Amino acid sequence: MTQLKGWREIPIGGMILAAGSAVEYRTGGWRAFRPVFGETACIHCMQCWLFCPDSSILVDVENENMTGFDLAYCKGCGICASVCPVNAKVMRETGEALKRDDSRLCIRMVEEGKFKEQGDEQIRSTDWR
Amino acid sequence: MSKFEALTGDNAVAMAMRQINPDVVAAYPITPQTETVEFFAEYVADGLVDTEFVCVESEHSAMSACVGASAAGARVMTATSANGLALMWEIVYIAASLRCPIVMSVVNRALSGPINIHCDHSDVMGMRDSGWIILFSESGQEAYDNTIQAVRIAEHPDVLLPVAVCQDGFITSHAMERVEVYDDSDVKAFVGAYGPRWPLLDLEHPKTYGPLDFYDYYYEHKRQQVEAMEHAQGVILEMAEEFNRKFNRDYGLFEPYRLEDAEVAVIAANSTAGTAKVVVDALRAEGLKVGLLKPRVFRPFPAQELVDALRHLKAVAVMDRSISFGAMDNAGPLYLELVAALAAHSVHMPVADYVYGLGGRDIRPGEVERVFRQTLEMAETGQAARRVTYLGVRE
Repeated sequence: MTQLKGWREIPIGGMILAAGSAVEYRTGGWRAFRPVFGETACIHCMQCWLFCPDSSILVDVENENMTGFDLAYCKGCGICASVCPVNAKVMRETGEALKRDDSRLCIRMVEEGKFKEQGDEQIRSTDWR
Repeated sequence: MSKFEALTGDNAVAMAMRQINPDVVAAYPITPQTETVEFFAEYVADGLVDTEFVCVESEHSAMSACVGASAAGARVMTATSANGLALMWEIVYIAASLRCPIVMSVVNRALSGPINIHCDHSDVMGMRDSGWIILFSESGQEAYDNTIQAVRIAEHPDVLLPVAVCQDGFITSHAMERVEVYDDSDVKAFVGAYGPRWPLLDLEHPKTYGPLDFYDYYYEHKRQQVEAMEHAQGVILEMAEEFNRKFNRDYGLFEPYRLEDAEVAVIAANSTAGTAKVVVDALRAEGLKVGLLKPRVFRPFPAQELVDALRHLKAVAVMDRSISFGAMDNAGPLYLELVAALAAHSVHMPVADYVYGLGGRDIRPGEVERVFRQTLEMAETGQAARRVTYLGVRE
């Protein structure tokens, strides 16, 4: 937690006088479900990247590969998992609704609590600013 | 060279707006302010101003457009009355909180219901905690003068708060009076060019207005508004001095009328102060030591200065053109603030409140005279026979 400033030290009226300041707000703390990347299943269609309401899909631009999630900002909404065509195919084949721990899935949404002990090394953040 | 024109109070404000030539005016018509917007729309149509005139579909949108334009970096003005002001409500607070130096003409009218279009001060009294600077005007001349000064007050870097300039609906807004209209170039020189400090349209320096502001910083931003209000009083006086020098006027925080050697005084804002002056003169001719204090600046409330101007008196009567329902003794807001100020400064004297003129009920010199005579009685007995009187209401 950064040191909070006094009223004389901050811009008036709640103004934010710089662009890109959202990067300082690590919204990943809101997450109840964590997306887990099934790398072998991924077809790198970039649908998840297109639909992510934040900028939490990490991409290797040179190789046009989806490489994982920016967990510093991912709020765990699960939109990536629901738009993933690989997930859809698995569901159609099994005739079942999406199971969170199905290893055939490209993107699995797993309860965040299960990852608590793994610590921060899982969390990557791009320095896009 | 200034010239004298026969203008209604609404037209006088529109005249000031023409000379100020704001970048954006967003307004919606509502009686008795409508004339101001009509006159101004004519100036726009005739090419006398460069203003972007935004015809909106409601006052909520009018004030929203004003906030957006002000944040973008424009000099912004608007006008409203009563129910229109009430419909702006949410954005009235946001304009002050986002520190938008908007100038708004508020032509005072009873806030319904039952529906009424005539004068009282219930509309502006509702916005007294919203963070706006509030100025009262006795006449069309004062509404004109205050509008010009309001631009400088609002935009002062130590203030950056919106300003409401009030005048009485119909009584002055629609009464044609002699108004001294200053030379366009003198008014333009007085208000100067607007140099917004944090314009959104400055693309080289991107910024955000109005983000979520929670328990960690919201309180600090409210504290900043207090600081701006504290600076406002000095800035209002500074602007008044410059204005008085340039245009030969005598503006301050309030106007004392034959108050210095008075034993009792009446406090009355806006047009009723004019009626009271006539009564003061008549009673003075009888040898009675009476005076008047006419508030000009209601927000920020100049408590210390008011107390100093009144402390020599034996009794005071406050005339309130609105009721703070359910407040102490169901009195009016001006009385409540004044007795609080006197008590806080340990000045003890009998003070009575006279609520009057609601919904445009006429206030006649005879009634004001009765207030003065009862106040003289209060001075003799040392106490107010009644704390609150509803003057002119039928039993």
